[in-house]
Amino acid sequence: MEILLQQIINGLVQGSVYALVALGYTMVYGILGLINFAHGEVVMVGAMLALSALTALLGWGVPPLLALPISLILAMLGCMVLGYGIERIAYRPLRHAPRLAPLITAIGVSIVLQNLAMMVWGRQYHAFPQLIANQPHLIGGAIINDIQIIIFIMALAIMAGLMVVVHRTRLGRAMRAVAENQHAAQLMGVDINRVISITFMLGSALAAVAGLMVSANYGLAHYYMGFLLGLKAFTAAVLGGIGNLRGAMLGGLLLGLIESLGAGYIGDMTGGFLGSHYQDVFAFFVLIAVLVFRPSGLLGERIAERA
Amino acid sequence: MKLPVQRAKIVFWLALAALLLLPFVTDALLGRGWVRIADFAMLYIMLALGLNIVVGLAGLLDLGYIAFFAVGAYCYALTGSPHLALAFPSLFPGGVHLPFWIVLPLAALVAGGFGVLLGAPTLRLRGDYLAIVTLGFGEIIRIFLNNLNAPLNLTNGPQGISRIDPIRVADVSLNASQEIFGITLPSVHLYFYLFLAFTALVIFISRRLEKSRIGRAWMAIREDEVAASAMGINTRNLKLLAFAMGAMFGGVSGTLFAGFQGFVSPESFSLMESIMVLCMVVLGGMGNIAGVILGGVLLALLPEVLRHGIVPLQQALFGKTVVDPESLRMLLFGGALIVMMLYRPAGLLPSRVRRRELDTDEAA
Repeated sequence: MEILLQQIINGLVQGSVYALVALGYTMVYGILGLINFAHGEVVMVGAMLALSALTALLGWGVPPLLALPISLILAMLGCMVLGYGIERIAYRPLRHAPRLAPLITAIGVSIVLQNLAMMVWGRQYHAFPQLIANQPHLIGGAIINDIQIIIFIMALAIMAGLMVVVHRTRLGRAMRAVAENQHAAQLMGVDINRVISITFMLGSALAAVAGLMVSANYGLAHYYMGFLLGLKAFTAAVLGGIGNLRGAMLGGLLLGLIESLGAGYIGDMTGGFLGSHYQDVFAFFVLIAVLVFRPSGLLGERIAERA
Repeated sequence: MKLPVQRAKIVFWLALAALLLLPFVTDALLGRGWVRIADFAMLYIMLALGLNIVVGLAGLLDLGYIAFFAVGAYCYALTGSPHLALAFPSLFPGGVHLPFWIVLPLAALVAGGFGVLLGAPTLRLRGDYLAIVTLGFGEIIRIFLNNLNAPLNLTNGPQGISRIDPIRVADVSLNASQEIFGITLPSVHLYFYLFLAFTALVIFISRRLEKSRIGRAWMAIREDEVAASAMGINTRNLKLLAFAMGAMFGGVSGTLFAGFQGFVSPESFSLMESIMVLCMVVLGGMGNIAGVILGGVLLALLPEVLRHGIVPLQQALFGKTVVDPESLRMLLFGGALIVMMLYRPAGLLPSRVRRRELDTDEAA
């Protein structure tokens, strides 16, 4: 029973990070109908930037509780610039090209980012400095620590904030209009390029937050961390119904749960034949299952159009 | 370019002679290592031509293509090495040691089977979903190869399988140098000629496929699936066939790879390898066989050029190696994908149909 509760807690915390990244995929998809393959690498860059800023600030004697928000903001700004640049260079010129073209540039961008990051930050794992006491708490026999609580609450708050932006502000209305029909939105005086740029920047800022969270949770950052995280977050977005913001959140949390419960019990289910190192495989099976049985996702209304 | 038949024939024979003499020329001019590089270049060309069927002809973006290469390689690694005998002494007391020429068609079939397995549930999806699912599939295969060493040691995990039997042609092992007409041919030369024959076969099949009813149907699907199915093309089966054919090419080059190397491990089948093969297809020109071959040659030579060119250059400029050639290579691959799509989407040697299609302004 304690194990079950523990897996649920771990799954929800991990899932809230997936949800943040998935939002980035789903927002871009909703507006452009394009899978931003490079989004996982933006998360990685965010984590690396935050970590570098944090190390530098702590080195200058800035108190940890001040250094953390500053480095988070720096990472968000850095990622917003990056997201804007990616859209301008790799996607905008190809907006009316056949589908294969932006997909291939997206892969190109993600490889370039990964290798640049490797040149800048090296191949080694970077340890995340311990900033707060990280007190463990016992809930019904399961352990949850401070960082996990902070991650979960912060992720929920950010998602709530995003919902307000999308549904209650002028910018959000413009975003929804562009997602609905680009031409009509343009005729109504919406500056499409601006809205698309802002969407990329918003998604990238969320990615930076998620990057910081992941590296704080695991205590590690690495130039290769973006790839798998991006894939899983994409799975979460598809699971919830790509293009749907609530779906991305739900999908993220669900995927986190599936993964941690699956990894916790796969040994028992297969009689010890497969172990918890198959954790990373679950996301792919979920992805394939969703695409086969319900390609529009849990909350997606639109039927996935055919090629 | 239409040459008179007589001249075309002469050009063909000259090119063939040049290729046959190539190992001796590189040995004399560049040094011993280059024949081996040429061998790998041909493996990559075969892979790229296989992927070209899927991406170039049928227009389906497959990002996990290297998985089929892995399937082929492990087929031969398992059946042609002492590994199974060591792992399951009671079941296979002497090891399996099937001859290469029996494993080759089997491996092609198994890889094709995996292609169908992957394609069947996913081919009705839109292109970008397909890309991600294939990417996931490539990773799944690698994760399984990495972890299937316990509790049953099937793949020997990250250590890989070694001591794979060399390929034998007419009872002559290609792993030792042979003397023919007084000329000593080292092992890499023998493999060079074997791979040359296989590459020629793959090129021949690719060309016939492209011109066949099936190839034309693939191109029709690529250009407009709805119109193609309205013309009576069974799009689902044909896409599946493209996947299976591509996978079979991958499987064949995988078996050749395993026999040539004598050793396989999961690390040879990373996502980056898939990307590299994709890069060859994109760089050379999707859907054009000559272009794909050019792309394969260029990208297979690139690491060597970087190693022999960039490293000494950096040493001379900065006194040390600032950027290691490996990451520079990947950086160039990524950059090439972006630049090609932006400025020359049809590739260096574009196929005529493909260029017309990629240059149009309308969304596909």
